Amino acid sequence: MSLDSRHAAPAQPAAHPTSSPLGSFLRLRELPVILALVLLVAVTAAINPLFLSEQGVKDLLLNATILMILAVGQTLVIITRNIDLSVGSILGLVAFGTGSVFVAAPGLPIILVFLIGIAFGAVLGAVNGLLITIAKVPALVITLGTLYIFRGINNAWAGGTQYFAGDRPEAFGNLSVDTVLGFPVITLIAVVVVAIVAVYMLGTRPGRDLYAIGSEPEAAKLFGIPVTRRVLLAFVVNGALAGLAGVLYASRFNSVGATTGSGLELDVVAAAVVGGVAIFGGSGTVVGAAIGALLLTTITSALTALRVDKFWQQAIVGILILAAVVIDRIAGVRAARKLRIAEARNV
Amino acid sequence: MSDRLAGRPGPQAAAVPGGVGAQAPAEDGLRDAGQDTGQHTGQHTGQHTGQDSAEGRRMAAPDTRTSEPVAAGGAVQHTAGTAKVLAVPKGRTGAARLLLGRDAVMIYVLLVVVIYACLVIPRFASPVTVGFLLLDVIPTLLIALPMTLVIISGEIDLSVASIAGLTSALMGVLWQAGVPIALVLVICLLAGLAAGAFNGVLIAYLGLPSLAVTIGTLALFRGLALVVIGDNAVANFPPALTAFFTSKIGGTGIPTVMIGVVLLILAFAVVLHFTPFGRGLFALGYSKEAATFVGIDVARSKFLLYLATGTVSALAGIYWTLRYSSARSDNASGLELAVIAAVLLGGVSIFGGKGSIPGVLAGVLLIGTINYALKLDRVSEVVLIIVTGSLLILSVVAPTITDALRRARHARRVRSAPLS
Repeated sequence: MSLDSRHAAPAQPAAHPTSSPLGSFLRLRELPVILALVLLVAVTAAINPLFLSEQGVKDLLLNATILMILAVGQTLVIITRNIDLSVGSILGLVAFGTGSVFVAAPGLPIILVFLIGIAFGAVLGAVNGLLITIAKVPALVITLGTLYIFRGINNAWAGGTQYFAGDRPEAFGNLSVDTVLGFPVITLIAVVVVAIVAVYMLGTRPGRDLYAIGSEPEAAKLFGIPVTRRVLLAFVVNGALAGLAGVLYASRFNSVGATTGSGLELDVVAAAVVGGVAIFGGSGTVVGAAIGALLLTTITSALTALRVDKFWQQAIVGILILAAVVIDRIAGVRAARKLRIAEARNV
Repeated sequence: MSDRLAGRPGPQAAAVPGGVGAQAPAEDGLRDAGQDTGQHTGQHTGQHTGQDSAEGRRMAAPDTRTSEPVAAGGAVQHTAGTAKVLAVPKGRTGAARLLLGRDAVMIYVLLVVVIYACLVIPRFASPVTVGFLLLDVIPTLLIALPMTLVIISGEIDLSVASIAGLTSALMGVLWQAGVPIALVLVICLLAGLAAGAFNGVLIAYLGLPSLAVTIGTLALFRGLALVVIGDNAVANFPPALTAFFTSKIGGTGIPTVMIGVVLLILAFAVVLHFTPFGRGLFALGYSKEAATFVGIDVARSKFLLYLATGTVSALAGIYWTLRYSSARSDNASGLELAVIAAVLLGGVSIFGGKGSIPGVLAGVLLIGTINYALKLDRVSEVVLIIVTGSLLILSVVAPTITDALRRARHARRVRSAPLS
């Protein structure tokens, strides 16, 4: 179970006859992105040793945290052959909401604020999910619409107001400063989230159902999978994770306002794609997406450390995404050919 | 598959190609084959004779769509009246098809909004309004044209705004380097063409998913714009040229550049609705396999579309630069989603196979007009995007709801009908 789910290319048979431990490691979908990350870090560290200093690593992880959580949520949605473009707007709304909560009720325990933020995000995600599953309209259109609506609500709500770090309790801001074993606290939160969702996707019935739905919705329905409920679940979880990311954003960054998180949605999708999540659903893992997010943010820091012109950064991200798409395609073609050969032998 | 079908607005489908389809019998049959689910609902006896011939064609074209149970329900009825109405096409025809279709509804809504704004909002009905409204919507309008074709063929292009940004940046740098302005413009158009060709090769010939590819080139082209011009902005374009781009025709308030835009609109409308190439795009959007079987060169068609998108995006970039007389790397950023929102609002199906240029025009102008009217009415600009978003969602949810209602009504009627 755990083996074939790792390289869950849609065309791959459930039990591959020739899978050895090494072979399945080489077929890991995450392998290219892991290699790219290791290579990038190694080269950068060789040229500029400061890159892997304690502070350097801490900055790397801090920068990646929020994108990581968003990418994990997006992965759930993409695996079901949907997409959620509204995550940037959800993050913005929740981040501003967090700022407002702290101003309105300064004495509130931090854990409660987290729960409020997550619940708020889940509600916004449920709006997307309900529109998509009940009205049976494409997710791309609905979430493009809610991207505008949520952002508009954020603008109307915030107006020119911005909340700064001074408005929030110091303990809340310290989550992004304090470290445990060299890891910032908010990064640890992200890692725990990635681990929980990864286990959920690997080992539980609903998690496996999401892959089935993305591979072939029609077959999933015939098989008896409650497709509507599962897709709704994916959107709610994605919203909740975007909410969590929003709260963490308020902790990590100085100011939250009307435009917080705008334009983030395509970065998130890009992180998932770079991490080996197929855009048409059915394959990819949350761990891959998280590493994809880490790779995208690391490139920014690495280019700075290498004193490459910062203007090249975005172009390189673009090339990376295209490379990921091409690699995914090659893997798909190879899997299909193998399957054909295997079938021919079995006749 | 039925998820996809349910997502398509049903009976409106017949009206979308604007009656033009009747002139192209082969593709008409192809389209019919894909549309039967919607057609059965609400229509009465005898309609299935036309259906049968489409059924025959469907055997030739390996269309994966299946008839829904509704079809069986309708077939019971049709045995009685088959002989009477033999050659009646399905769905609305003639004037009704033109006047009640999705496009027509969009145009009515646009007219109502314009008239309402003229009556209620002071200063709306004036040449100044016309001028600024049109100047504001031109970039969206331009890019929406090729985008319509791309989405109808079942693909998408998210990199358009980045191509516009890249051309803007190139323009600034070349002009500052002393290149004559005519040559600058030519180079910029060629750059747009090259960017489109890059997308086209990856999508059409390598068969990569367009959503993923163009997210990549969205970052890549914007990144190249940054590489080209960096943080700088170039503003000293020839005053004669920038003045031309904001000039109006006489006292009408209509910008002079609208002449070119209208020509382009006509060109795209003719290509989409009146040429075999354009009709083929609808077939392509419905079913690639079927399109291949009727002799459409799928890869070449897609490649040409991306060339068009790149070139028109470059035009939009040039317009943007000269209108605001400022070349910057972040020009037109975020425009891709606004364009797609307008196109979808204009009745183009995100799954492909459905849509029209008049509908898209109405969609673009509707968003432009509402935004401008509310701005005049002192509604804050940033809040206005709620309107865009709500319109977009409403436009896709409404057909589904009316379709569901119609289906329910039809089912009730079939059940209660006497079995004579």
